[in-house]
Amino acid sequence: MSADWTRRTAAELADALAAGETTSVEITRAHLDRISSVDGAVHAFLHVDAPGAIAQAEASDARRAAGTLLSSLDGVPIAVKDVLATEGLPTTCGSRILEGWIPPYDATVVRKLRDAGLPILGKTNMDEFAMGSSTEHSAYGPTHNPWDLDRIPGGSGGGSAAAVAAFEAPLAIGTDTGGSIRQPGAVTGTVGVKPTYGGVSRYGLVALANSLDQAGPVTRTVLDSALLHEIIGGHDPKDSTSIDQPLPALVEAARLGAGGDLAGVRVGVIQELAGDGWQPGVITRFQESVDLLIKAGAEVVEVSCPTFVHALAAYYLILPAEASSNLAKFDAMRYGLRVWPEGRPDASAEEVMRATRDAGFGDEVKRRIILGTYALSSGYYDAYYGQAQKVRTLIARDFDAAFEKADVLVSPTAPTTAFKLGEKLDDPLAMYLNDLATIPANLAGVPGISVPSGLADEDGLPAGFQILAPALADDRCYRVGAALEAALADQWGGPLLDKAPALEGA
Amino acid sequence: MTMTDTLVAFDDVLASYDPALGLEVHVELNTASKMFCGCPTEFGAEPNTQVCPTCLGLPGAMPVVNVKAVESAIRIGLALNCEIAQWCRFARKNYFYPDMPKNFQTSQYDEPICFEGFMDVEVDGETFRVEIERAHMEEDTGKSLHVGGATGRIHGADHSLVDYNRAGIPLIEIVTKPILGAGAKAPDVARAYVAQLRDLIVALGVSDARMDQGSIRADVNLSLSPKGSGVLGTRTETKNVNSLRSVERAVRHEMSRHAAVLDRGTKILQETRHWHEDTGVTTSGREKSDAEDYRYFPEPDLVPVAPSRAWVDELRETLPENPTARRARLQAEWGFSDLDMRDTVGAGALDVIEQTIAAGTPPQAARKWWLGELARRANEDGIEVTALAVTAADVARVQALVDDGTLNDKLARQVFDGLLAGEGSPDEIVAGRGLAIVSDDGALSTAVDNAIAANPDVAAKIRDGKVAAAGALIGAVMKEMSGQADAGRVRELVLEKLQ
Repeated sequence: MSADWTRRTAAELADALAAGETTSVEITRAHLDRISSVDGAVHAFLHVDAPGAIAQAEASDARRAAGTLLSSLDGVPIAVKDVLATEGLPTTCGSRILEGWIPPYDATVVRKLRDAGLPILGKTNMDEFAMGSSTEHSAYGPTHNPWDLDRIPGGSGGGSAAAVAAFEAPLAIGTDTGGSIRQPGAVTGTVGVKPTYGGVSRYGLVALANSLDQAGPVTRTVLDSALLHEIIGGHDPKDSTSIDQPLPALVEAARLGAGGDLAGVRVGVIQELAGDGWQPGVITRFQESVDLLIKAGAEVVEVSCPTFVHALAAYYLILPAEASSNLAKFDAMRYGLRVWPEGRPDASAEEVMRATRDAGFGDEVKRRIILGTYALSSGYYDAYYGQAQKVRTLIARDFDAAFEKADVLVSPTAPTTAFKLGEKLDDPLAMYLNDLATIPANLAGVPGISVPSGLADEDGLPAGFQILAPALADDRCYRVGAALEAALADQWGGPLLDKAPALEGA
Repeated sequence: MTMTDTLVAFDDVLASYDPALGLEVHVELNTASKMFCGCPTEFGAEPNTQVCPTCLGLPGAMPVVNVKAVESAIRIGLALNCEIAQWCRFARKNYFYPDMPKNFQTSQYDEPICFEGFMDVEVDGETFRVEIERAHMEEDTGKSLHVGGATGRIHGADHSLVDYNRAGIPLIEIVTKPILGAGAKAPDVARAYVAQLRDLIVALGVSDARMDQGSIRADVNLSLSPKGSGVLGTRTETKNVNSLRSVERAVRHEMSRHAAVLDRGTKILQETRHWHEDTGVTTSGREKSDAEDYRYFPEPDLVPVAPSRAWVDELRETLPENPTARRARLQAEWGFSDLDMRDTVGAGALDVIEQTIAAGTPPQAARKWWLGELARRANEDGIEVTALAVTAADVARVQALVDDGTLNDKLARQVFDGLLAGEGSPDEIVAGRGLAIVSDDGALSTAVDNAIAANPDVAAKIRDGKVAAAGALIGAVMKEMSGQADAGRVRELVLEKLQ
C-alpha cells in the first residue's frame, strides 16, 4: 500500500516507525519529494539539505535496527528556521549580509534535535533578522501562504509555518519575538508555541531582541508541538537566561486535554484584545471556540489588562534598541558579506563596514536600527527605552492580576486572516498591528500557543486562537489547546488543513 | 603646532594653577578562562588560537559570566575599601571598532560591582587619600596589528590583521574620583597610587600585574584650575601609560602643556592624548566630549550579578595584608632605615628578603646578600634579582655556613657562583668545590710559620709591638691557604707566635 507519509502527524509517523510500517529514509524522501514538487510555488525553504537529511535518516534506521533509539521522534524529519545556527549548513537570517555564512557551531536547539535523531530537511525562510509579520522582508523573496499563494504566510517565521501547512515537513522550529511563531500559525492553520522565556535555550539563535526572543515548535497538531517542545526545552548552561528547572509534563498535558475534559479550568477572555479593527470572521471563530471550551467544562471569565494597549509602543522601543546593538556585529570583518565602496580600492575598515551595511541590510532592518539607536541615545534613553521598560513591568503586573482570576488567558492570535502579498509593505504601522495580541506575552515572558479556530466567513482563510499561561505553566497551553483542537476536529470532521486547496504539482 | 609644543616650567605651572588628577587603571585578571566564555587566556599564544563563537562575536553566540572573575573583582574592591553591590548588571557600551568582535563592549555602566572606596598613598612621608569612585568588570577587545607601515601604527600601514586571543579577557577598571590638592606632588602622587595599586594587585594574586605586558594599563586624566579658584578645568585623558615612571612624566608633561595652552588664553580641548615614551610628550588622539554617546543599556543576555553577603564576607577573609601596612610592619621588625626599605621595595626583593629572614637569616645579612652581591649579578644579566637561580632558602643556608665558620664572605660568593652555574645546593657546592675554611690548627700553624720565615722584617715589626703589620702576614697565610682559612684565627696564631 502506498501511503502518503507527508500527510501524517509527527506522532503518527513515530508510531508507524515503531510499528515497522516504514523507515526514516522513506519518510524523509517523501518530504524531500514534496519540497521538490511544491516549494517552487510556496518558497518555504532557503536551503534544502537532501543528502544530509537522508544520511541522518539512514543513521536513524540503523539505530532502530540496533535498538538504540535516541528519542520518541527519532527518524521524524524537521525543518529549522534560518535564524538558528546550524554547523555546516548555511544560516542567513533572511539577510544578504549573511549570504554564504556557514556557522562552525550548532545552536543548542539544533544540537538537541540532532541528539534526538531528527533528520534536518533544511532551513526555512523568514523576514530579515525576524523583522516582520509577513516574510516579505526576506532578502531572498517572500514565502507564499499554502491556502492562497497570493497571500502572506505570516512572519517572521512564515517559512516554518508554510512548510508545515504545505506538508513539506511534519515539524519545524520557529522563533517568536513578538508573535513570529503564533501569528504565522494562525494565518496558515497550523499550531505554534512560544514557550516561557528561558524555557528553550537561545544559544545559537541569532538575536533579534534578546529579552523577547524564544524558540519553539511549529506543527500541525498540539500533541506534536508538545513532543517537540520536550525535546528542545530545558536548561542550557550556555544561556544564562535559561531556566534551571525541569519542564512541566507537556505531552501528558496534551493527551489529557485531548480527552476533552476541562472541568475546573478557569479561562479568562482578555477584553482589550477584540473590537475595532478586528476582522469579524476572526472574532466569530474566536467566540465559537470559547463556547466549545465552556462545553468542555471550562469556567469562562472576562479579564481586563488595561496596559496591553501600550504593549505595541513599548515593544517597538525595546526591540529596535536591542536589535540596533545586536546587528552592530555585522561589519564585514569576520564573516558574511564584504562590500568595497565604489572606486575605493584602499578603503579603510570603517568605509568597508559602512558600504557593507548599506548594501547588506534591507530597509526594514535599517528602519529599526535607526529607531533603536535613537531610543538609546543619551538624553532620550529615559523617555524611550527607560519608559518602555516601565510599561513592560506594568504589563507583567496585568498578567499577574489576570492569572489570579484565570488559569489561562485567551484571545484571537492575530486581528485578521492572511492579507495579500504587498498589501502592507509600504505601511509599517499597519504591519506592526498584526502582532497586537501576541506581543504582551513576549514582554512578560509568559508562554502562549496558537491553535487553528477555523476559517473566517469573509475570505475562507484560517484564523487562530491564542492561549496564554503563567510563566513555567506551559502545560496549561497544551491542555486547553488540545481540548479545543479535539472539539473543533469533531465539528469539522477532521483537521482544518484537510480543507486547504491542493497545491500545483502535488 | 609649534605653539602647542611650548611648555611652561613646572614651578611656574604651580605658581598659577592647581592640578586635578584622575586615574583609570585597567587590570587584566589572570583567570584561566575569559570573562564570558571558556577560552584560555595564556599570554603570547599563536594569534586566533584562543577563540570560540562567543569571544569572536559569531551570530547567535551568548556570554556566560566567569565566576572567578567576579570573585577577583570583589577582592579588589574589598582591598580598596569599596562597597560591594548587592545586585548589579552588565551593560553594553556600543561603538564600532574593527578589533571589537560585537561592536559593543560588555561592561558595567551605572551599576558597578564595587564603588565608594579609597586608598591611602604615601609620598615622602605624607599621606594622600585617593578616593575610588568605582571598580567595574568588563571584557578586553581584540588586538589590531598594522602591517606595512614603518611605525606599526595604523598611519602608513597597507593592511591590518586582528588577533582575537585578547578579546574577552576579563578586565577590572578602577576609577578614582578627582584627586585635588596634590600640588607640586601631583606627578608623585599619580605614580605612587599606581605603584601601590600594583602592589595590592600582586598581593591579591589576581593579575600578572605586568605593566610592560599591558596587564596593568593606566589612563591619566589631568586638568588645571586657576590657583585657589576651586573650579575644575577641562581635562585631557592620556591613554595607556605603561610604566610607573611614565605615569609621573605624563602628569608632569600635561601640567606644563595645559599651562602653556591656558596662559595663551586658549582653551584645553577635551580629548584623549597618546603618550610617547621615547620623547616624553603627548600628542592629540581623538576628541572626546562628555556627550560621546555609547548608548549604554543593560546586557539582556546576562542575568544580574548578586553576590551573597556570606560570599563577600568569605572573600574578605582571604584578603592579604595591605602592602603599605605590611611594609611599615616589616621595616620596624627588621630595623631597616628608610633608604634600606626603599631599596628593598625598589628591587622587588621584599618578599624574598622576608622569606630569607623567616629561614633564620639576620635581617641585615639578608639585605646585604640580596641588594649587594645578588643585585649586582642580576644587574649584569639585566634581570630582576628574584629571577636569579638563587632561592631564599639558598641564601639562608649560605649565611648559616658563614655564621658557623664554614665559609667566609669570599667563599660565600663562590658558592653563589656555583648556584648560578647550577652546581646543586650550597652544601653540595661547598663539598664539590672544596670551599670550606681550614680550621685545622696544625695546617694553619705550619702556614703561619712559613709566612713568618718568609717575611722576617714584618715579623720583627710585630715583635716590636707594631700589631698593625700583622695584616701582611695574614694575607700571605690566606694566599697559601687559597682563601680557605678563617682570617680571625690566623691573626690569633700570628700574634701568639710573635708576642
